[in-house]
Amino acid sequence: MTQERSGAAILCETLVRQGVEFVFGYPGGAVLPIYDELFSDDRIRHILVRHEAGAAHAAEGYARSTGKPGVVLVTSGPGATNAITGIADAFLDSIPLVVITGQVATNLIGTDAFQEADTIGLTRHCTKHNYLVKDPAELAATIDEAFEIATTGRPGPVVIDIPKNVQVATAPWSDAPIQRHRRYNPRMVAPPEEIAEAVELIANAKAPIFYTGGGVINSGPRASELLRRFQALTGAPITSTLMGLGSFPSDHPAWLGMLGMHGTLEANMAMNQCDVMVNIGARFDDRVTGRLDAFSPDSTKIHIDIDRASINKVVPVDLGIVGDCATVLEQMIECWGNRKAQDLSEWNARLAGWRARDSLAYPAKSKDGMIMPQKAIERLHALTHKLDPVITTEVGQHQMWAAQYFGFVEPNRWLTSGGLGTMGYGLPAAIGAQLGNPGKLVIDVAGEASIQMNIQEMGTASQFRLPVKVFILNNEYMGMVRQWQELTYESRYSNSYSDSLPDFVALAEAYGWKGIRITSEDELDAGIQAMIDHDGPVMVDCMVAKEANCFPMIPSGAAHTEMLLYGDQVAGTLDDEAKALV
Amino acid sequence: MMKIKQSEAERHVLNITVDNEAGILAKIAGLFTARGYNIDSLTVADISENHSVSRITIVTNGPPHVIDQIEAQLDRLVPVHRVVDLTQAGPHVERELALVKVSGVGEKRVEALRLADIFRARPVDTTTGSFIFEITGPPDKVDSFIALMRELGLVEVGRTGVVGMMRGPEAA
Ligand SMILES: Cc1cc2nc3c(=O)[nH]c(=O)nc-3n(C[C@H](O)[C@H](O)[C@H](O)COP(=O)(O)OP(=O)(O)OC[C@H]3O[C@@H](n4cnc5c(N)ncnc54)[C@H](O)[C@@H]3O)c2cc1C
Ligand SMILES: Cc1ncc(C[n+]2csc(CCOP(=O)(O)OP(=O)(O)O)c2C)c(N)n1
Ligand SMILES: [Mg+2]
Repeated sequence: MTQERSGAAILCETLVRQGVEFVFGYPGGAVLPIYDELFSDDRIRHILVRHEAGAAHAAEGYARSTGKPGVVLVTSGPGATNAITGIADAFLDSIPLVVITGQVATNLIGTDAFQEADTIGLTRHCTKHNYLVKDPAELAATIDEAFEIATTGRPGPVVIDIPKNVQVATAPWSDAPIQRHRRYNPRMVAPPEEIAEAVELIANAKAPIFYTGGGVINSGPRASELLRRFQALTGAPITSTLMGLGSFPSDHPAWLGMLGMHGTLEANMAMNQCDVMVNIGARFDDRVTGRLDAFSPDSTKIHIDIDRASINKVVPVDLGIVGDCATVLEQMIECWGNRKAQDLSEWNARLAGWRARDSLAYPAKSKDGMIMPQKAIERLHALTHKLDPVITTEVGQHQMWAAQYFGFVEPNRWLTSGGLGTMGYGLPAAIGAQLGNPGKLVIDVAGEASIQMNIQEMGTASQFRLPVKVFILNNEYMGMVRQWQELTYESRYSNSYSDSLPDFVALAEAYGWKGIRITSEDELDAGIQAMIDHDGPVMVDCMVAKEANCFPMIPSGAAHTEMLLYGDQVAGTLDDEAKALV
Repeated sequence: MMKIKQSEAERHVLNITVDNEAGILAKIAGLFTARGYNIDSLTVADISENHSVSRITIVTNGPPHVIDQIEAQLDRLVPVHRVVDLTQAGPHVERELALVKVSGVGEKRVEALRLADIFRARPVDTTTGSFIFEITGPPDKVDSFIALMRELGLVEVGRTGVVGMMRGPEAA
């Protein structure tokens, strides 16, 4: 039956039809008609955040941990601009979001009206697509297309800007699905000749490596499963980017650990020395390649990516395959048939040699007698891994230590801001993940500086009774910044000391959370256990060594073969070329 | 001392077929600025009967891998149907239209008219002291004409930018 409904009502109906359970949002003048509609609609649960950046990151956490799109609702002007950091974060990390922003009425657009911002202009280059909807009759089809674009192909954020009068005006609405012209058709399946060529190269490789990335996670849990099968068939060793952790089990003998700037020596050496590199859903990020002209100089490179623009963007490859990871892996497994894996014993022996360097080793004791942060993560892993937790992080050394020392065995358990590197991501992401995974243990591994960037979201966790845990590695420094200053600016610690910190335990209590402080190694296990056992949100202030560094490390502008390990003498400065790189 | 390095560029003409939706031109032009690509000229006009599709022609320059990346980046925009690199695709025609205003009297005026005739440029407005010439042709022909007019009293120039098309019976 067709009836006249308001734009706001059409929006809500369409969201329900898309299967949306949660909307992360914050009200304001330009979205009041939508909020009024939500008031009486119990099919959608609105999660009221404390800042719009929190809404976007929470939606990201929900999306990354469940594989479903995250939905955000914010007002015009400051609501939209506050959300932009989260939108840009989702864009760089390929996270599916649908962000609904209120806009001033169509007749006021362009007049510098109250709370007017050019949201379409502002988000043009940090969204996969965006829309300004000027007619309620176009809303349903636009929203349906937005969900399709956000979730298929290379996922990403889509913004729908809805002027207030379009929310109020009516249009015919019927329960029948919308007929619309489909114009977005990402290529999933690869041509068989490319698959055959890839399989031939892999089958004849003497020193192959799989370099996997976030695309495997984007492709869904089946891709991780197929990756494990294809690895078993080929026997190839495997490394992953920061974004791909969990797609392959870290306790598997073929696992080399993460690669890149803070990756393991074995992963980086294997990338440098391999004869065939198979990039599966990764994008040759500069954190990963190190100095480009020294990047894996002698290998034949295969790159599987759903986005043609990722192929040959930074590293020229020999065989680019545009397609979806799961689909292409399945095609390759099929094409592999009952071939025998190569004898890789020589290659494996070389890998064993690099592994023996134990690049993740760190001193047992710190200079200041404080807990080694690496140790804290190892204990966190040891005490929680049986519970199959979801780990989120902020950005900095603690993020890298979590990546290095917390082993992941399943996809969608590791949520971190990789591309934009957004401090303040972890707590709201944990909130979103907890909503999507009720009953699961969700821990934000945080730094004392980053956590302050969206600390207001503690209130959101309290309000919605979300038992998230925040585990702060408190080194009283913006440790990652301090480390770079130590290595490249002769230890001139310009503005990287975390002065005037709040008492995190008292702060936790002020929000109705439990607060725990850990100051020495003998309190570590008990503190972590108390955190796990508490049936509610917990903030742990874990005091760690102040000047510990994150190693291994490929210094800026260096090659994979030039890694710094603990115990290496590190220079105090760099030349200008290297300083110019980030 | 560190210096910023630049690499060798080649010129390419791209035909981009797009949905005729609000903001599409800003999206495409903005992509070029956001990613640091160059635009030498850009033209856009509606080309379909029901006004649903436009053709944008962009002349750009850059090293080959950048050109390839530009095409891939354009292609992934949702409203973009197709990107054809005419320079890559083979024999094609390129045309541009310019209006060229020249003022002068006496010998210079006669010379301007004579040169215009050689270039098949048409006077479309005349006063006793000036002409506006309309010239169409490949961009280098338009360039040469304008260069000559500069010596004879050039006042102002308006150019459309390049449009192009593959030779032969088929659509590219
Ligand atoms: C402080 C800091 C330090 C860092 N250090 C490191 C480091 O040491 N090592 C490291 O690896 N990273 C590091 N990063 C992260 C880094 O910046 C990048 O975010 C990361 O390397 C990119 O991961 P990725 O290549 O897997 O690509 P992603 O950003 O995850 O992109 C996924 C790729 O897969 C493609 N794709 C998406 N969906 C599919 C599909 N269905 N099928 C096929 N392809 C698909 C996409 O087109 C894209 O090309 C660091 C970040 C920070 C903040
Ligand atoms: C929003 C934002 N601003 C600045 C930075 C630059 N930055 C990267 S890491 C870092 C320090 C983080 O300090 P902390 O949270 O204490 O983590 P630690 O490195 O000490 O573990 C800074 C300032 C950033 N990544 N994000
Ligand atoms: Mg810190």
